[in-house]
Amino acid sequence: MTNYYRADALRLDCAAEAQRIAGWMLQAVGTTLRRRGVIIAMSGGVDSSVCAALAVQAFGRERVQGLLLPDRESSSSSGSLGAKVADQLGITYHSESIAAALEGLGCYRWRDEAIREVVPAYGEGWKSKIVIAAAANSGLSYFKLVVQSPAGELQEKRLPAKQYLQIVAATNYKQRMRKAIEYFHADRLGYAVIGTPNRLEYDQGFFVKGGDGLADIKPIAHLYKTQVYQLAHHYRLPAEVCNAKPTTDTYSLAQGQDEFYFGLPYDKMDIALWCHNHEVPVAEFAAAVSLNEQAATRVYQDIASKRATTAYLHSGALLVDPVSQLPKLTSPAPALPPTP
Amino acid sequence: MSDIKQQVRGFIASNFIISDLDKLADGASLLEHRILDSTGFIELVSFLEEAFKVQIQDEEMVPENLDSLDNIEAYINRKRAG
Repeated sequence: MTNYYRADALRLDCAAEAQRIAGWMLQAVGTTLRRRGVIIAMSGGVDSSVCAALAVQAFGRERVQGLLLPDRESSSSSGSLGAKVADQLGITYHSESIAAALEGLGCYRWRDEAIREVVPAYGEGWKSKIVIAAAANSGLSYFKLVVQSPAGELQEKRLPAKQYLQIVAATNYKQRMRKAIEYFHADRLGYAVIGTPNRLEYDQGFFVKGGDGLADIKPIAHLYKTQVYQLAHHYRLPAEVCNAKPTTDTYSLAQGQDEFYFGLPYDKMDIALWCHNHEVPVAEFAAAVSLNEQAATRVYQDIASKRATTAYLHSGALLVDPVSQLPKLTSPAPALPPTP
Repeated sequence: MSDIKQQVRGFIASNFIISDLDKLADGASLLEHRILDSTGFIELVSFLEEAFKVQIQDEEMVPENLDSLDNIEAYINRKRAG
């Protein structure tokens, strides 16, 4: 039987799904993990904002501790938007800049050194980002560094592997430093840490191991990005959250996630992943997103290839022999089946 | 085996831990056999530019040029001839 993509395939019954997730969160945190509340780092983005709303529904606002963890290069709106969401949900939050810690770790120094090897003039007052090239139309992706001089002039250079890896490794400090602070508060309060990846990020390995990938529960990892937006509307989160384009908030120039990792805008990536998961023939998928068949085939290949190359990010440490005496915690089954 | 293929095999062997590289056919896809991931390809491009003194353009970074030892050899030969 051939599967088809229908325009309502990703539509959620939001009230039912929110209730299902909130019920699961209470079970998972209280019964399985034996924690007494949750930590949620709030970037002002739709994923963390929806997770915060779900947490309030699950635990009540007094058992949810918000954190705002801006970097000196965070977009200026992200901190204030995170605060706005926290205020609307009625949860308390601590705001702690990670800039001094990153400076001490050498994050900016290592990153800027690699950038200067590609663009020697780069320095104070310049901005930068990395963009992916050719993901949808070639099968071989590579990365470009985009820099902007203080005068506003843009330059673009293909990144050699060494400099690319060093820039990414240095910026990964940001996610790892945030996670260190989240666990400080989790330990202090006896709380669990919420990880906020959506399905695209989780499935395609778009997270930093030991950074945003590290968490005790990930309550929206099964939801496509468009479904997370539906929940944001359901909770009546601020319009800036409901309508925001996803960004990485990692580089000093504004950077969409599609520029860095996915190669397609999120709504089309959702359809791509849904079609791939439901074994929709490539011609049907191509028609659904208005791509030619060759480009659509590359997108399917890219999904499979990203799964393979990021499998190690999901993997815990491997052992020579199993240590079988330890109890295994398994995720509780949600009280309700998945909403259609 | 050609000098180009030999050098690329040497590069792969010295940069990655791959247990049965000897069994890799010259026409086999490096992506599909998980010899190289996307970062590996960028390293390969840097290696080819240095080792064979060629400039690889953005639009040339496609599987038809780079995704097997046969394709790499043909591509480098074309670049040198051009």
